[in-house]
Amino acid sequence: MSENQIYTLTVNGSQREVKDSWIGESLLYVLRERLGLPGAKGACEQGECGSCTVMMDGAAVCSCLVLAASAVDADIKTVEGLAPDGSLTDVQQSFIKNGAVQCGFCTPGLIVAIHNLLDSQPNPSELEVKEAISGNICRCTGYGRIFAAVQDVIEQRGATR
Amino acid sequence: MTVHSPRTVEQAIALLEEHSGAMILSGGTDFMVEVNFNHRKPSEVVSMRAIEELRHWNIDRDTNSVFIGAGVTYSTIESSDIAQAVPALAEASRTVGSPQIRAAGTMGGNLGTCSPAGDTLPVLAALDAKIHLASNAGRREVSFADFMVGPKRNSLLAGEMVLGVSLPIIDGWQGYAKVGVRNAMVISIASACLVRTTSDDSVRVALGSVGPTIIRARAAETWWMEQDAPRSSSEMLSEFGARCAAEASPITDHRSTAEYRRHAVKVLCTRLAARSTSR
Amino acid sequence: MSTVKTRRDVLGTNALRPDGAAKVKGEFSFSSDIWSDGMLWGATLRSPHPYARIIRVDTSLALAIDGVRTVLTAEDVPGVLTYGLIDQDQPVFAVDYVRYMGEPVAAVAADHPETCRRALAAIIVEYEVLTPLTDPELSLDTSTPAIHPNGNVFRHQRIVHGDTSVVGDVVVEGEYEIGMQDQAFLGLEAAMAIPDADGAGIELHIATQWLHEDQKQIAACLGLPIERVRLVLGGVGGAFGAREDISLQVHSCLLALATKRPIKMQYSREESFFGHVHRHPARVQIRHHAKADGTIVKIEARMLFDGGAYASTSSAVLINGITHIQGPYRCPSAVVDGFAVRTNNPPCGAMRGFGVVQACYAHESQMDRLAEACGLSHVEIRLRNAMRTGDTLITGQPVESVAPVERCIRETDALPLPPPLAATPDVLELPGGTGLTSRSENIRRGIGWGVSIKNIMYSEGFDDYSTARCTLQDGIVTLKFATSEVGQGFVTLAPQIARSVLGVTDVVVEPMDTTIGSAGSTSASRQTWMSGGAVDGACRLVRERLFEHVGVANGIDALRLVIEDDEIVDTMGTLRIKVTDAAPGVRFEETFEHHHRPTEDLDENGQGNCHVAFAFVAHRAVVDVDVELGLVKVVQVATAQDIGRALNPLSVQGQLEGGIAQGLGLAVMEEVIVQDGRVRNPSFTDYLLPTALDAPEVVYSLIEEPDPQAPLGAKGVGEPPCISVTPAIASAIRQATGRDIRRVPVRPQDICL
Repeated sequence: MSENQIYTLTVNGSQREVKDSWIGESLLYVLRERLGLPGAKGACEQGECGSCTVMMDGAAVCSCLVLAASAVDADIKTVEGLAPDGSLTDVQQSFIKNGAVQCGFCTPGLIVAIHNLLDSQPNPSELEVKEAISGNICRCTGYGRIFAAVQDVIEQRGATR
Repeated sequence: MTVHSPRTVEQAIALLEEHSGAMILSGGTDFMVEVNFNHRKPSEVVSMRAIEELRHWNIDRDTNSVFIGAGVTYSTIESSDIAQAVPALAEASRTVGSPQIRAAGTMGGNLGTCSPAGDTLPVLAALDAKIHLASNAGRREVSFADFMVGPKRNSLLAGEMVLGVSLPIIDGWQGYAKVGVRNAMVISIASACLVRTTSDDSVRVALGSVGPTIIRARAAETWWMEQDAPRSSSEMLSEFGARCAAEASPITDHRSTAEYRRHAVKVLCTRLAARSTSR
Repeated sequence: MSTVKTRRDVLGTNALRPDGAAKVKGEFSFSSDIWSDGMLWGATLRSPHPYARIIRVDTSLALAIDGVRTVLTAEDVPGVLTYGLIDQDQPVFAVDYVRYMGEPVAAVAADHPETCRRALAAIIVEYEVLTPLTDPELSLDTSTPAIHPNGNVFRHQRIVHGDTSVVGDVVVEGEYEIGMQDQAFLGLEAAMAIPDADGAGIELHIATQWLHEDQKQIAACLGLPIERVRLVLGGVGGAFGAREDISLQVHSCLLALATKRPIKMQYSREESFFGHVHRHPARVQIRHHAKADGTIVKIEARMLFDGGAYASTSSAVLINGITHIQGPYRCPSAVVDGFAVRTNNPPCGAMRGFGVVQACYAHESQMDRLAEACGLSHVEIRLRNAMRTGDTLITGQPVESVAPVERCIRETDALPLPPPLAATPDVLELPGGTGLTSRSENIRRGIGWGVSIKNIMYSEGFDDYSTARCTLQDGIVTLKFATSEVGQGFVTLAPQIARSVLGVTDVVVEPMDTTIGSAGSTSASRQTWMSGGAVDGACRLVRERLFEHVGVANGIDALRLVIEDDEIVDTMGTLRIKVTDAAPGVRFEETFEHHHRPTEDLDENGQGNCHVAFAFVAHRAVVDVDVELGLVKVVQVATAQDIGRALNPLSVQGQLEGGIAQGLGLAVMEEVIVQDGRVRNPSFTDYLLPTALDAPEVVYSLIEEPDPQAPLGAKGVGEPPCISVTPAIASAIRQATGRDIRRVPVRPQDICL
């Protein structure tokens, strides 16, 4: 693909065309600036903060480190695609209820990372949760309420199994 | 910038031949940092993402050997049977970046970048790994020691790509340790991998982040074999650690001091040796 | 008819954030999430040198690049060339000299960030590189050439109090160093500047801590009347002091006015490290004199704050530092000299704690020494000297605030300690974590203490009032204020106030902008007190009007009416009417300015009632240390904090836990490393923030002794959590290792070499 060729990404279940872009743009840039999906945030552009976390083929990755043009055959899911009908997922609700959101900049990345964790591991231990979100920096909360929010979801999901 | 997405190794090496100077994109976790920070503005990129073959690995218990494709991610290494076959590699993989980095970053990328702080590289050095390379000129194997030639410099020839790495399955003990200031997502200040083989009780030790390349502490390894069995007394192990440290050539930079790095190597090697004894 | 009490999220409840749903969905608009039709991108050219003379700037090549619309330098600043919170000494664009690495020299506007980057690279700046002044001690030396026409010393203030000839039976002294911390908010600097059609006004969407202060400085630099510079608060991704100073505000407005197009500017993380002020690095020499039983009789101290290249708020940070150096302890006599100086190091200003962090590290380290010299425990020495309401500061100011220092210490002490480290713990519980550096047998555990006093609101005669407007119609309250919400939860608290005062359920918070009066800065732990007081005041005025109306309508003296839950009740009669039904169609609106009581300047001996109020906190830290490798894991932080009243306990918990994490960062991992004026680690790879695996268990006790001065009884809670936790952790490391730790952040080599 050359400088400004059109390419297509599969995002939140839809085929999305990317045009008029510079081919070196990251997936984060394309999502935010080209596809109208500003949920993923950029706070470091180096993969050191996790604010840009999206799911790609079922794995949580930093979208700032994905060359968008190379992700053409991947199944990409962003925070906007977790509960597309305007409702809130249980993780999202738990975050609000447990005071896990302050400024909110890290929140979308964390929500995606946690959904990804619980998709593959329904009953992680406290340490497994901490390791799973160790790539998501939060500067406001000190993580305490975030852990509580995740615990709540694990318990709720366990109770309804 | 043009991005090529070959689906086979043959397609990839043809592209690399055609576009000399093309940059290889594997997991993207190093590549994109270069692009985002404008240190590199390649005009041609060959993405390995679509090459299924590179994501395979093979554990051969007959030849006691593991082959890991260049596209295998760190999280796969941690969570697959590679972890049982090469435990130190799984330990090292677990320390790479963050879960997000581990889900995308690859062995091929760690080799391509060839940083002295590359977390898995001391394991490759200690196990005398073979790096498998391919180009239009054919395929070849290079020992890790011959592959990494300097800080962020490898011996890939023009048009060449990494296919994967093969490592022996050891009867013995192997372990990895890495020092960083934070308890997660941290660049290594000093690291070490120690492999102890049961048959002759020999050790191999490789040091990371304390030299322009990964350093095999060969003098210490030789000294080890000169000691009487059982090689287990705390004095002997401590002396071993000091000898490993003596072979390091660390620098002082914004992350740490040469003095601390050398000290850390001593401690890590002593502890790894002690762990190998009391396994 | 059933009476169902609606849960109305009044004061004292865990009301949930009204912006929570938007934030968890990724729909909340941070200032970086604003786009405008026809917008251009702006970018800044910064000096690579810490100190240099500008010989010439040539923008012609940049202007010639296709897609570049304009390139601006100091010549293009129509109004005042400099800005600043206290002294306006900081250039919009450097003129003649650059004085710190990263100082802005020019700005460009172009059609794409990539074009901006190319334009910046094409601007030619010829520098005569000069030797930077980087040692703050040299700034004090009068033979050192001035690096700025205003000189190298921002401020010197002395404190002389009591009997300075007193000598203690026990004397302990130490010299302490505090490194440069960065606020490192996640929401990078971003703005959208939209010029008015007539080119004589502008609307700026900005993430900031103080809309009106920004407005004032921007208008002055643009040469525009204040009313033509309108600011709207864009979503703020954290602040912690770094947004109190101007960063990209003037630049984006200048570019917008020059191009007549909306301009979007945003900083990368690297640029952010250069684009805002940092916490002052400081050196403190301090001597405590005490009786044999540990009672402090005098302190002597010298504090030196390195303010970097421009004044920012160094002068105020200094005053906070020296007026808090006695700590939350009685101290009858003192001699203190404080200096804030200019260097070619990065400019420093406000960061959560504002000078008290540095003082606290010093005085708490000293309290440990004093304890050891007197044969007392670390807890006993602090209890012995603990301040009480009515005691005097070394400035002569009586502490009229509730001062439950002893209670803070005792309640912290009563919180359970964590269980000992297991024989074979999970690797994630050990220092070094998955790096597999350590095992149980390598670990020593230590327990350390820190206690702090912190002033609330601004000082030295500054009237930092806040304004709010309350409108009530048909049971719905609308609140308007300019209070910056930076994540701390004022947007949650304000409706709680309205619900408590007016008995409503539905409260709408209007956008924060400059169409209403100033709310002051979101800093100094002041917004609950000041903006809470303004909202409370406005709601109370509306309630008065409402009661008057209801009284007249029902022939009742309004004084008999009260709000009970969601109803207006006649305390001496039978009238009981839902607020929503009480005055159909009538609109009540009141605006209120809340001012705190006036404060005084300090005289030449540092005497004066310069602060408004104080809050107190104690921290106990438990750390595990791999002594051979110098690696630390903070296992638990226990704290009892004097908060006056928990208006929203969940929010308070969030502040405590978040502040502790920031204090932990300063203790063991966060430092902007500056060598010869150059920042060596402007990235998250090497400026390390605590991750989820670094966060300790936090156990806490809230001390609720309502402060009679505080409009809602509540003190601010934002800063205290990050202040004394740092020395508590350092102290714990000392206990675990026996090493005399004299600086923070503590590095591995400080422990083991």
